[in-house]
Amino acid sequence: MARNVTTQRKILTTAAAWTIGLIIFFPIYWTILTSFKTEAQAINDPPLFFAFNWTLENYAVVQERSDYMKFLWNSVIIAGGSTILGIFIAIPAAWSMAFVPSTRTKDILLWMLSTKMLPAVGVLYPISLIFVEFNLLDTRGGLMIVLMLINLPIIVWMLYTYFKEIPGEILEAARMDGATLKEELLYVLTPMAVPGIASTLLLNFILAWNEAFWTLNLTAANAAPLTAFIASYSSPEGLFFAKLSAASTMAIAPILILGWFSQKQLVRGLTFGAVK
Amino acid sequence: MGQIQLKQVTKSFGNTQVIPPLDLTIHDGEFTVFVGPSGCGKSTLLRLIAGLEDITTGHIEIDGQDATGVVPAKRGLAMVFQSYALYPHMSVRKNIAFPLKMAKLEQAEIDKKVEGAASVLNLTDYLDRRPGQLSGGQRQRVAIGRAIVREPAAFLFDEPLSNLDAALRVGMRLEISELHKRLETTMIYVTHDQVEAMTMADKIVVLHAGVIEQVGTPLELYRTPRNTFVAGFIGSPKMNLITGEEAAKHNAHTIGVRPEHIDVVESGGTWQGTVGVAEHLGSDTFFHIHNTGLADTLTVRAIGDVSLKHGDTIHLTPRAQEIHRFDDAGLRIAQ
Repeated sequence: MARNVTTQRKILTTAAAWTIGLIIFFPIYWTILTSFKTEAQAINDPPLFFAFNWTLENYAVVQERSDYMKFLWNSVIIAGGSTILGIFIAIPAAWSMAFVPSTRTKDILLWMLSTKMLPAVGVLYPISLIFVEFNLLDTRGGLMIVLMLINLPIIVWMLYTYFKEIPGEILEAARMDGATLKEELLYVLTPMAVPGIASTLLLNFILAWNEAFWTLNLTAANAAPLTAFIASYSSPEGLFFAKLSAASTMAIAPILILGWFSQKQLVRGLTFGAVK
Repeated sequence: MGQIQLKQVTKSFGNTQVIPPLDLTIHDGEFTVFVGPSGCGKSTLLRLIAGLEDITTGHIEIDGQDATGVVPAKRGLAMVFQSYALYPHMSVRKNIAFPLKMAKLEQAEIDKKVEGAASVLNLTDYLDRRPGQLSGGQRQRVAIGRAIVREPAAFLFDEPLSNLDAALRVGMRLEISELHKRLETTMIYVTHDQVEAMTMADKIVVLHAGVIEQVGTPLELYRTPRNTFVAGFIGSPKMNLITGEEAAKHNAHTIGVRPEHIDVVESGGTWQGTVGVAEHLGSDTFFHIHNTGLADTLTVRAIGDVSLKHGDTIHLTPRAQEIHRFDDAGLRIAQ
């Protein structure tokens, strides 16, 4: 029997959901708002919500002082590159774990996930040394590899759960039909898993885009992405709130727009397997 | 050509042996059915032949060639799965064409073969649809179409009809039998349904716990079951198996009488009992009889509609020449 939902209850839950949503969104809203204020207005007490002189000055200053396009381009290459690299490694890995599991597969999956529980700073020193040794410091290639490795457990896990949903008999049918392993992955598994692969790509791209620890620690001028761009405006001295906000807005805008247009895909991907 | 030989084949999963050493020859053009209760190893055996599972020890030969270590794609066999296993993202045309595409055939030849298979299976109007837009029976035909375009050495069917409703199942059963008559290709068919086995097979292989209990034509198994397992498995309703004093009268540990070989008589009769459930089918009546002193329930098939009801006393006479005798190991005693 369907549960009875009273109108009153509906109104209450809707109001609660909106309140939580607005609280979560507020910092982003405030950042965007502040980016259009002058530095003095930005720290005004009481805070100004609408009654201030809207200005684009901060954006002009930020663009003048640092080359936004260069940081953006670095972000796109590093996030995109690590995602594509990751997916090429993760598809065969997830295939083998989903369709030809061994008795240790579950342990491997958990072990992979456990690396995500390790504080990143714990391996900062060894990774920095490796970067120095191989001349990877401040290179986009080096950062691509590190971000790929960091997000790989999540990509493999996500793909693994999507692949588990695909009936093994279909892949066996492909084998009976004369497909080699490569053809089986290319013509049967990948096209069937497109929704799952797409949402994995998206999520991984977003994670890589927002990753700050490694991008800040392993880059200087050449390979610095947008996270470094924001950080360069976070100064303990002087009035920089409005400019910092403008830089932040510019840094999160591309990913916010991407997320907005792909939200359906993302939600479907993240809840895949929960409902048949 | 499509002769398949299994020589001392075994299969173990971990420490559990599911198929003890097994020998079997399936001749070219034969329609062989593997039948047995669930978990008897019949599907595993089919998958070993297909190459989808590796055999633990022994050899498999296809047309005299050792195929033991050969990958499924190179064995020249086609398989129809229980779930149909169609490629959901491809049209019916592309599904049927897939094995030909994998075999790197010319596009023109692929088109010709796909059209041919589609017309044989009444799928021409559905070629551009996706599997999701088809009914169960149509999906099953696509799966068969995908198998026949390859012109395989043998077809392997893994319980292909168990997802269909009863009416469709009878129809598809006939279609597969007709396909076999027309193609004259070796077919191996796995089912737990003994009616499918009896109606379709040239040769039935009865399996129980990975062991072949008996191999023979449907009527051989019906008339001379080698042991009590086969006796009880083949035939519907099941054969009545009786032990004790009544069996001793026939110098046997167990005797078996099929429900259709017991006559209902007005009075007297060899055995008496009370009617439990009477199933009136019109053409026949099945009586489930208690209090006979022979077995918990005795099943009897009477021709036509016999108007005995629950609680009535029933008089029965088994046909003496149709009584099967088994020894204490459950093996048949020659008449």
